[in-house]
Amino acid sequence: MAVGEAKTYKIPIGPVHVGLKEPITTWLEVDGERIVDIKVRPGAIHRGIEFMARERNPIQVIYLAERICGICSFAHIESFVRAVEDAASISVPKRAQYIRTIMLELERVHSHILWAGVACYTFGYDSAFNLGLLLREKVMDVLEAMSGNRVNYGVGTIGGVRRDITPEVAAALEDLIDYYRREFAAFYEVATEDPITKARMRHVGTLPPEDAVRYCAVGPTARASGLRVDLRWSSPYEAYADIEVTPIVPQDYMGEVYGDVFDRFLVRVLEVYQSLDIIEKALLGLPKGPLMAEPKLPKLLALLKAADGVGWSSIEAPRGDDAHVIKLTKGDENVTWWKVRAPTYANIVSWPIMFRGQEIADAPLIVNSIDPCISCMERALVVDKKSGSSEVLTKEELLKRSREKTRRLMGR
Amino acid sequence: MSVLIFVAKLIAGGALLCLGVLLALLYEGVDRIISARMQRRFGPPLLQPFYDVLKLLGKESIVPRRAVVWAFNGAPWMALVTALMVFLYIPMGALPPILGSEGDLILITYLLALSAVALVVGGFASGSPYANVGSQREMVLMMSYELPLALVISTMAWLVYRRGIPGPAFSLETFSSLSLWNTVGWIGTLGLLSLLLALLAVVPAEVGKVPMDIAEAKTEILEGLISEYSGRNLALLKLTYSVRTLALCAVVVALFFPWSLGKAMGFSGVGLFVIDFVWFWIKTFIVQTVGVTTVRTAFGRFKIWQAARFYWVQVGGLALAGMLLLTLEVAIY
Repeated sequence: MAVGEAKTYKIPIGPVHVGLKEPITTWLEVDGERIVDIKVRPGAIHRGIEFMARERNPIQVIYLAERICGICSFAHIESFVRAVEDAASISVPKRAQYIRTIMLELERVHSHILWAGVACYTFGYDSAFNLGLLLREKVMDVLEAMSGNRVNYGVGTIGGVRRDITPEVAAALEDLIDYYRREFAAFYEVATEDPITKARMRHVGTLPPEDAVRYCAVGPTARASGLRVDLRWSSPYEAYADIEVTPIVPQDYMGEVYGDVFDRFLVRVLEVYQSLDIIEKALLGLPKGPLMAEPKLPKLLALLKAADGVGWSSIEAPRGDDAHVIKLTKGDENVTWWKVRAPTYANIVSWPIMFRGQEIADAPLIVNSIDPCISCMERALVVDKKSGSSEVLTKEELLKRSREKTRRLMGR
Repeated sequence: MSVLIFVAKLIAGGALLCLGVLLALLYEGVDRIISARMQRRFGPPLLQPFYDVLKLLGKESIVPRRAVVWAFNGAPWMALVTALMVFLYIPMGALPPILGSEGDLILITYLLALSAVALVVGGFASGSPYANVGSQREMVLMMSYELPLALVISTMAWLVYRRGIPGPAFSLETFSSLSLWNTVGWIGTLGLLSLLLALLAVVPAEVGKVPMDIAEAKTEILEGLISEYSGRNLALLKLTYSVRTLALCAVVVALFFPWSLGKAMGFSGVGLFVIDFVWFWIKTFIVQTVGVTTVRTAFGRFKIWQAARFYWVQVGGLALAGMLLLTLEVAIY
C-alpha cells in the first residue's frame, strides 16, 4: 500500500482445506495478495501411537508402525524393524533385503506419482491430477498382487519379509517398469514443457541451499535445493549397497538449481525413473534363500524378549529421512520406548523461508511442495485440560520436560 | 397493438429465458462429460447439473453471522438476472432479438460486467476473508479483461460502420445479418482472426473457468467469491455461471459466426427460422467446447498478476493488432 499504514489480515490455510491432503493450519498474514508472515499450527492429528506401542510387543508394533502413515507405511515399518533388528542384533537374509528394497522403491513410485498429481491439482491443473491418479493405479495393482493390499501392505517383519516375489509377481513388476517408462513421460513433459505449470512453480517457495542446510531439510526437499543428500547413497542399507544410487539434484539435469517448487517437482519426477532402475536391478540380482531370519513367531518373540538395548535406524523414505529409535529391555516383552522422527518434521521448519514474499495463490502449493505427511509428523502434543490454555512451550521448557520424561522412562 | 406486442415479447422472452437456463445446464453437463473423457474419466451423468441445482434449491441457505444480509442474499439474484437478460439481446439465427431495438452490444458487455460486479458485491458482503480475496481477484480480473473486450467490440463496430453495412453499428442484429468475414480481404481476415482469438481468450475469465478461475480457485481460497454461499443462493450462483458461459459463447457466435445454414440449404419462412435457431445453438456448443471445455482441460490456473499481465500484454496486444490490421484493411480498400 502506498498511502497510510499497511493493513494486513489473516487467512487460515487448513486444518481442513481443499488443497491439503492432511490437517495442518498455516495462518497467513496477508497484505492484499502478498504474504507478510506465516504461523504454522500443527496439532490436529496427534494419535499417541508411540504411547500405544508401550503396551505391545515389537511384532504387534509393526502393524502399529505401518499405520503411522498411509502412503509411506512400508518406509515406517522398514525403519522400525531395522531399529528392532539393530537392538536385538538380528541379521536379515539377503533375499529379504532385496524384497524390502523393491517394496521401498515401489512405495516411492506410488508416493511421488501421487504427489505430482496433487501438486498439479493445487494449481487447478485437473487433467494432470487425473493422469497422476490413473498412472498410480498400476503400482497399486502390483502392490496388491504382491501383498494383497493397496495400502498398509503388511509385508515387512522383524528379521525378514512375509511375502515372496513369486515368478508371477516378478512378471508383474517387469510389466510395471515397462508401463511407467512408456507412460510416465507425460508427466515429465508437464514438468518441463507446460508454460502454465512453469509459471506457477518457477521461483515459488524458494529454499536456498544454505537455508536448506541451516533448517535441516531432508529428502527431495533438500535435493531440490541442490544438496546431494540421500541415505541410499550416503549410508546404504538393505540392497542399496549392491545397487548404485546417486542423489538426484536439479543441477545435473537442468544445469542450474533454484530450490523452488519446480525443482521439487522435477526431482520427484526424476526419482520415479530412478526407482524403476533400482527395481529392475534388484529384480535381476534377486538372490535365492530364506525370507526370514526366524520364521517361528514364538521363537522370535523369545529372542526379542531377551534383547536389551537401544536400536537406531534411519532410512530414505519417499519424503526424506525417516528415523526410528527403539529401546528393548531384557525380560520385558513390550517395547520400552519408541521414538519416530518422520521427514516432514524436519522439512516443515523451512516453510517460513519458502513463504517469504510469496502470494496467497502459492500457499497451498508451497505447503504441498515438501509433501507433508502431518500424521507422520505429529509426535507430540501439549494439552492442559485443567486450565484450557493453549500456550506454546518455549524451547527450554520443552527440553526440560523431555529430559524429565526420558529419565522417568529409563527409570533413573 | 403495442400492448399485444408487449405481451408477445413477454411470453417469448419468458420462454427464451427458460430455454436459456435449460440449455446452459445441459451444455454444462456435456462440458463436464467431454472434459472427463479428455482426462480419461467417465464423468458425471448428462443431467448432473440439473440434479445439483435441484438439490441445492431444497437445501438450507446459510447466511454468515458477519454478512451484510441484503447484499449477500441479493447478489445471486442480481448476477443471475443480469446474465439471463443477455439472451434477450442476442439474435438467434434468423430470429431477431426480442429486445433488439432496446439494447445493443454495449448493453450486453455492461450486463455481463454487472453480473460479475454482483458476484463481487456478494463476495464482499460474505464477511469471509476467502470471499474477500476472491472478490478482490475478480475485480482485478475484470479490469484486466475489459481492455481487450472493449478493443474487440469497438473495432468490430467501427468496421461495420466503415463498411457501410445497413443497421446501427453496435447492434448485434447488424452483425448477424451479414458475415463480416465476407467483407474483408486477407489483411482484414487476419485482423478478424486476431480479434476472435482475443475474444476467445477473454471467455474463460468472463465465465470463471480454468485457467482464469482465479476468483474461485478452490484449492487456493476455497471457491473464493462463493465460499460462503449455500442452498438456494448457491443454486442461483451455479446457474449464473452456466448461463454466463452460454450467453458469452452465444455472443461470440452472433459476432463472428453468423453463417446461416437455412439459407445455404435454400429454406425460407418458418423452416429457415427453425433450422437457423437449432444451427445457432449447435455453433454455440462448438464455441463452448473449443473456447471453454478444451481450454479448461488443457491448462492449469494462472495467478492473478499473471492473468492481468496476460490480458494487458498478450491478449491486449492481439486485440490491438487486430484493430490495426482492420484499420489498414479499411484504409487500403
